[in-house]
Amino acid sequence: MKDLSYIVSREDWSLHRKGYQDQDRHQKKVREAIKQNIPDLVTEENIIMSDGKQIIKVPIRSLDEFRFVYNFNKKKHVGQGNGKSRVGDVLGTDSQQQGPGKGRKAGDQPGSDVVEAEISIAELEQLLFEELELPNLKQKDKDQLEITDIRFNDIRKKGIMSNIDKKRTILENIRRNALNGNPGIHGINPDDLRFKTWEEIVKPQSNAVIIAMMDTSGSMGSFEKYCARSFFFWMTRFLRKQYEKVDIVFIAHHTEAKEVTEEDFFTRGESGGTICSSVYIKALEIIESRFPPSLYNIYPFHFSDGDNLTSDNEKCVKLIRQLLSVSNMFGYGEVNQYNRSSTLMSAYRNIDLPNFMYYVIKEKTEVYKALKHFFKKQPVNGVFS
Amino acid sequence: MTSNDLKQLDYAIAEITEIADGFGLDFYPMRYEICPADIIYTFGAYGMPTRFHHWSFGKTFHKMKMQYDFGLSKIYELVINSNPCYAFLLEGNSLIQNKLIVAHVLAHCDFFKNNVRFSTSNRNMVESMSATAERVSQYELEYGAQAVESFIDAVLAIQEHVDPQIVRPQKLDKQQYMELKIQESKESKPSKSISSYDDLWDLDSSVKDGKESSRKEQQNRRFPPEPEKDVVWFIQEFSTELEDWQRDIMSMLRDEMLYFWPQMETKIMNEGWASYWHQRIVRELDLTTEESFEYAKLNASVVQPSRNSLNPYYLGLKIFEDIEKRWDKPTKEEQDRFGRKDGQGRAKIFEVRELDSDTSFIRNYLTKKLTDDLDLYVFEKKGVEWKITDKAWENVRDQLVYSRVNGGFPYIVVTDGDYQRSGELYVTHQYEGVELDLKYVERTLPYLFTLWGKSVHLETKVEEKGVLFTYDGKKVTRKFIG
Repeated sequence: MKDLSYIVSREDWSLHRKGYQDQDRHQKKVREAIKQNIPDLVTEENIIMSDGKQIIKVPIRSLDEFRFVYNFNKKKHVGQGNGKSRVGDVLGTDSQQQGPGKGRKAGDQPGSDVVEAEISIAELEQLLFEELELPNLKQKDKDQLEITDIRFNDIRKKGIMSNIDKKRTILENIRRNALNGNPGIHGINPDDLRFKTWEEIVKPQSNAVIIAMMDTSGSMGSFEKYCARSFFFWMTRFLRKQYEKVDIVFIAHHTEAKEVTEEDFFTRGESGGTICSSVYIKALEIIESRFPPSLYNIYPFHFSDGDNLTSDNEKCVKLIRQLLSVSNMFGYGEVNQYNRSSTLMSAYRNIDLPNFMYYVIKEKTEVYKALKHFFKKQPVNGVFS
Repeated sequence: MTSNDLKQLDYAIAEITEIADGFGLDFYPMRYEICPADIIYTFGAYGMPTRFHHWSFGKTFHKMKMQYDFGLSKIYELVINSNPCYAFLLEGNSLIQNKLIVAHVLAHCDFFKNNVRFSTSNRNMVESMSATAERVSQYELEYGAQAVESFIDAVLAIQEHVDPQIVRPQKLDKQQYMELKIQESKESKPSKSISSYDDLWDLDSSVKDGKESSRKEQQNRRFPPEPEKDVVWFIQEFSTELEDWQRDIMSMLRDEMLYFWPQMETKIMNEGWASYWHQRIVRELDLTTEESFEYAKLNASVVQPSRNSLNPYYLGLKIFEDIEKRWDKPTKEEQDRFGRKDGQGRAKIFEVRELDSDTSFIRNYLTKKLTDDLDLYVFEKKGVEWKITDKAWENVRDQLVYSRVNGGFPYIVVTDGDYQRSGELYVTHQYEGVELDLKYVERTLPYLFTLWGKSVHLETKVEEKGVLFTYDGKKVTRKFIG
């Protein structure tokens, strides 16, 4: 006797979350992989040049499930045509790294063990800034740092007519009419009226300004500029997280300094020698005229290849001391691909001031290290001292 | 789904079950479960509702579910090879969709129950996998989720390299078989003893060249005695690195792979068989006009040929129909040469569904006419272009067969488990004209190293030259070998 029995059932599966749980685990691994790649990602052109796009694709390694597989591109495949196929027909071209038909993901393709993952800049910021901290915060003049603001965030039965909340008033009317067994919108009476009302809030206002200074003399090539650009990109974003308002001033210099636009700062190159003191003087001028230290947290950062006029070095050190007296910190980044001995560095190495920091960037991935160096987490007790 | 809908479905299933039985399909008792989409997709990604946790399943699930959400693909059903047989129907299927699916599923179940490749299947795999999952999470508690996960990562990297053969030599299990072979290779040394006293003379010589002969014996001693296809088993048994819980996980994952294997090697047949029968069965039903339209639409979407790749449903269906036709009305030649009689079609396809797997199915039954009718071709990459390079039917057929050999995975065997007398692992890719993806080789070897605990070597061919990849725990090196 054959058993033709069957059961049809319909259960409650809502507690079966396995798929989602492991999906989360996978996503977490993607984030880990991204985190490991931060030094590469920080200078990823996609990001630096993203023009404010919020989601970017970044290449990450190591999330594929590796195993012994055939080389897809060197394999013969069998396909099916519409009845008119002939030898020599071209089915597709491989410019996009994508095999025809199969719909294989890029990571399956031989030779590329890079998987693209989508990540939002905000997410990347979160990962990156987890490891950074703002040193040398200073209490600024309180009175000037407080602003009052109003916020509509409450609904009340009493209020001024100009603030009436029409939608809620009508809703109340409908509700009341429905309760009385006569639904519809009619006979609005004072009981229905609803008003929006506000509260006053006092927000501490904090300002920061970055004085971005860069050597644009002939010796600064595109690599040097790109490193500086990446650095300033992240630094601006980092400070924006910490302060209400962050201004950034760009000062380019060779033998003399002038304030320029961001565009010019990163793209225009000039020839000639280098006199760094010129830019420090300019920075001091700008601070004095526009950014009173009592109101602003000031962060002068200077990028150069270190090739300064030797006789100028002493003056530079003096000016840096002066700058430090009005700033939270002073950072000097030297982009020095070939590990030359630089004149500026030989002078700066001897500055022994707690708020003066320098870092030498030799390759792209070191931009991240530089960020970590300048904004390193302090031992807990020292943070607000 | 209302209770009225359920009642209608119940009624339809009863009718379909009876029709299927009338056609001679032979299936297990059925358990139909109606599930929401995310549950069906979970099962699809894991291969089984009760399988253990792993991020790679989560990744697959996410991808499949996204395609569903975007309306790019849809799984209507999922059927599990088990007794009783579980079939999961997507909530929201219409009645006629479910009718097709039930008919389809019954044929799958008939295939699971009767095809010889499944003869050693564990039909309680639902419970086994659930037990495995439980043990894995127990190990996670004991040894840390991270340790368990990275170990499973390593096992999954080589999971396809098991030995799925269903006929065991001399009915011995692997361990016994290996011991027997080692024994044999020892005995096969030339035995000179003719008379019963001759071995006395041997004593002399053995004293003399004792050292030499033992050295020779050592050189001859091979481990494993024959190349071992079951890499997972070999490592699980002989790795000196593994702890008990790790061996346990390996053996459980191997069982799961062995369970899935027959499904991988009968994909075309199984889908073809199910499509063949859902068509025959639904034809027996009384459908309204609307139902007929809806059925035709769904059926067409299941078996439609797809460009540049092969739809296994369609190919399998066409071959089964072709076999039936050829055995129903054999040509004069077939009658004379093979003594084939009229009207044997049905009986023949039942025989094929019992005895063949995809490789033999294609090799034996894909004909020239069918290849031409289906417009099959071979294509490959030439420069940056993917081009049709061959339409000769034998080549198409052979290429299809190759692509199904060993489940479509490279054939890799352990040739030496004590390489260079230092316990290193030497595996060989049995090169048959298609190269491995070298990037992937380099990324997979570290996993093999994790499992073996000592240097690992993989021999393969690149541009017809022998190459040996070695991973010593630090980096992968490659060198050409003769």
